[in-house]
Amino acid sequence: MKKVRIALWSAVVVAAAVSATLWMTGRDPGPVAARVDPAAESFAADFELTDHNGMVQSDEDFRGRWMLVFFGFTNCPDVCPMGLSTIAQVMDELGTQGSAVQPLFITVDPERDTPSALANYVPQFGPGILGLSGPPDQIERTAETFKIYYQKIEEASSPDGYTMGHTSSFLLFDPEGEFVRIYEYDQAPAVIVSDLRERIGT
Amino acid sequence: MFKTFAKAFQSLSVALLMGLPLAASAQQMSEDASIVVEKPWARASLGTSRPGGAYLTVRNEGSESISLIGLRTDISGMASIHETSTNSDGVSSMAPADDIMIPAGGMIALEPGGYHAMLMQLQSALVEGETFPLTLLFSDGTELEITVPILGIGARGPEG
Repeated sequence: MKKVRIALWSAVVVAAAVSATLWMTGRDPGPVAARVDPAAESFAADFELTDHNGMVQSDEDFRGRWMLVFFGFTNCPDVCPMGLSTIAQVMDELGTQGSAVQPLFITVDPERDTPSALANYVPQFGPGILGLSGPPDQIERTAETFKIYYQKIEEASSPDGYTMGHTSSFLLFDPEGEFVRIYEYDQAPAVIVSDLRERIGT
Repeated sequence: MFKTFAKAFQSLSVALLMGLPLAASAQQMSEDASIVVEKPWARASLGTSRPGGAYLTVRNEGSESISLIGLRTDISGMASIHETSTNSDGVSSMAPADDIMIPAGGMIALEPGGYHAMLMQLQSALVEGETFPLTLLFSDGTELEITVPILGIGARGPEG
């Protein structure tokens, strides 16, 4: 556990140093964005991606509904299925109020998670969840505007030799697209449901 | 002498318990009952291209500490224990776990968000409602084969 933390933080420090260097030299940071924003208040939804039905979707397409956004990848055997099942259960329990909420699963692994790969995966958890993907540079831009963190980690004992570290919290945005709060992916669905109910009203 | 008797009695109780028509979630244990595995479950997979995940708890009823050092199962070409960790910024990542020590009388849990059995190179899909055998490897040479029930893809724990 400690080892993992240290490794992760080392990765963060290295990533920060690399980003700073690249920023100073004005070069493109490459296909993998790695950033941490300690000011979590500044999450912002601004994206244009392709959903798992092949339709282009931007944040503006979801105005008028609450957006519940979860970043992950489908080769993830633990956090991502757990998070998706939390969201699916939340939507289930919301019942008719669920129509006011659009859950989005945005991949941080666009190399493997094409829209069609997401089509075969995301709806298995719940029919209302929309999977979003796009070319790596679009995912990178999306992560930058959301100010979420993701990083490819070389790991010999993972499929294709890599795994992804990523922000696993859910981000909630209001019907105007403003960031409201985060929930943890392993929070009891009932807690999220009662919080959402209060916000949605009748 | 008493100890031997106690042990024999314990085994007998165990045998009696095992004989009861308990559900698949019942305890599964080593021959001498020193290692007890409970609540095993795996999440159904979509085909075989992505890694599967399985969970369980292990109790060490013996008098010596013991470590869980690995896994083996025919359903996976590469099975290992991985650990998820999440830092204070809400960033999660996953890495292979070291040996997991279980003190005498102690317990460890493989559960979502912590340790999990990472089942790579699935040889066949994990189908909801089916089971598969999984062998746990311990530091004292004990190999304990258990039966893991496969729950739905959206399962959150051993109860579904």
